[in-house]
Amino acid sequence: MKLVRDTWLIFQQEVGLMVRNPVMVAFSLAQPITYLVLFAPFLKVVMVDQGASSYADAYRIYVPGLFVAMGLFGGLFAGYGLLSALRAGIIDRCRVTPVSRTALLLGRALMHVCLNVVQAVIITLVALPFGLRVHLGNLLISYALLSVMVLLSTSISYDIALLVRNENSLGVLVNTVGQPISLLAGVLIPLVLAPLWIQQVAFWNPFAWATNGMRALFNGQIGQPVVWQGALIMIGLAAVSLVWSSHLFNREVS
Amino acid sequence: MIEATGLRKSYRVGRGRSASTVEAVRGVDFAVGRGEIVGFLGPNGAGKSTTMRMLATLIRPDGGRATIAGVDLLRTPAQVRRQIGFVAQASGTYEDSTARRDLVLQARLYGFGKAEAQRRAEAAIGAFQLDDFADRRIRTYSGGQRRRLDVALGVIHSPQVIFLDEPTAGLDPPSRVRMWQEVRRLRAEGMTVFLTTHYLDEADTLCDRVSIIDGGLIVAEGTPSDLKREISGDVVAVDLTRADVVDDAVDTDLPVATKLLAEQPYVRSSEAVDGTLRLYVDSAATAIPQIMRTLLGRGIEPGAIEARRPSLDDVFLAKTGRSLEE
Repeated sequence: MKLVRDTWLIFQQEVGLMVRNPVMVAFSLAQPITYLVLFAPFLKVVMVDQGASSYADAYRIYVPGLFVAMGLFGGLFAGYGLLSALRAGIIDRCRVTPVSRTALLLGRALMHVCLNVVQAVIITLVALPFGLRVHLGNLLISYALLSVMVLLSTSISYDIALLVRNENSLGVLVNTVGQPISLLAGVLIPLVLAPLWIQQVAFWNPFAWATNGMRALFNGQIGQPVVWQGALIMIGLAAVSLVWSSHLFNREVS
Repeated sequence: MIEATGLRKSYRVGRGRSASTVEAVRGVDFAVGRGEIVGFLGPNGAGKSTTMRMLATLIRPDGGRATIAGVDLLRTPAQVRRQIGFVAQASGTYEDSTARRDLVLQARLYGFGKAEAQRRAEAAIGAFQLDDFADRRIRTYSGGQRRRLDVALGVIHSPQVIFLDEPTAGLDPPSRVRMWQEVRRLRAEGMTVFLTTHYLDEADTLCDRVSIIDGGLIVAEGTPSDLKREISGDVVAVDLTRADVVDDAVDTDLPVATKLLAEQPYVRSSEAVDGTLRLYVDSAATAIPQIMRTLLGRGIEPGAIEARRPSLDDVFLAKTGRSLEE
């Protein structure tokens, strides 16, 4: 109960600060929308062999990929915020109060979840006029899956940040880790087009499962096993990573 | 109110072969009574902040024990947190937030409900005179305004003990005096104040008692006047950096003059600090003419000669062989 209350307090504070910086929020939307407008038309051409004959088909393939890319990178840079809060003494100021330690991390992570879901909603709305059609129930499940992904990538970022304690190393690590994971998840071009060995490597990439699950949802195939498999993998990993980052965080932070 | 015995903390620095252990605090004992203002005076890296962060439950001591307001620090840190407030050196506020928002959040983190948190924030804004800027972004505050907000945040829950880590570091003189008034007001409200400082005047005028800390150990402890009384007699400062002579005069004059004067029967001890020779004597009035005569007899002409009462820096110098003012 205390954890929920404290998490809510931190979440409110972080969201409040985000809202006070609308310019930053607008900028963080610019990249996904650019991809949506400038990349999806390419995809339509490339995917003709796969039966993508219209913009609607292209967006049905690309929007889920974009969600995964956001879910991955949206969280991976969260460590910067944590490091700057640590440096500014904000974390110490909170840690001398009886507030739940885990809430200090979880409230921040949930802010990133919230931000990414809002962005996903905006992207969905932008894609609608281009012909994207998706079942509302499936769309909501996609948002839920996106939320878990952001929770996972955020906590991975916190893990790295708490281990390296330095913005430069964090940036290098996040890019080195994030790039292959996103490519091997087929966020830009579906893995069905990839050579066999890439598909075999991608089998071990949890985010590839999430991407396939997300695409199945957008295709209206909620019954496909990859939907629950992808969701389960994400939930499991997010739980493990969150426990680990809160363990790292609760160690002496000085 | 605070009792600490044998508090120790060491850190590992570096990695692999180059790793070594730095003993930040090497066993400190001290006690702070209710309603006292007690300061840790020492240079940077002396172990002041580490000691304070241990007491504020932010880092775990390697050894020793402490009780704060009767609560055991190592066994029940969570209960200690309810009794104490802590203001770190780094401000700990959100640049884009406002004083009011941060105060309300801080009160809520202590478990107060929304209405009570707002009431406390309002009271703090009044008490610390934050009214003029309470709803402005914190990034627009001056150093003094920020620091007042920091302290207001630290005492939002009316703790019994407040820890202030370098409360006036980097502030301009008027803001420092203002902060001293706030600290005295907190004490008048019944709080016990424990602070660290590397300012001599702050330790001297603000603190009831001072612990001088160096190299992770307390080297002297007492009221400022008692500490200074230990250095009985007067201090005569002889400035050997002469304006009309080139700098290397210091190199030749200082060792010669130091040796010469240290041998004089009326000089009890002497220390050289940055081209100035500090002579500890029974009476400056009788010593100065003799010092002048001795120096001039060797052809050394002091740039200036000054008699004063011993300061806390003289105490620090006597205990550690170094000056805090360097």
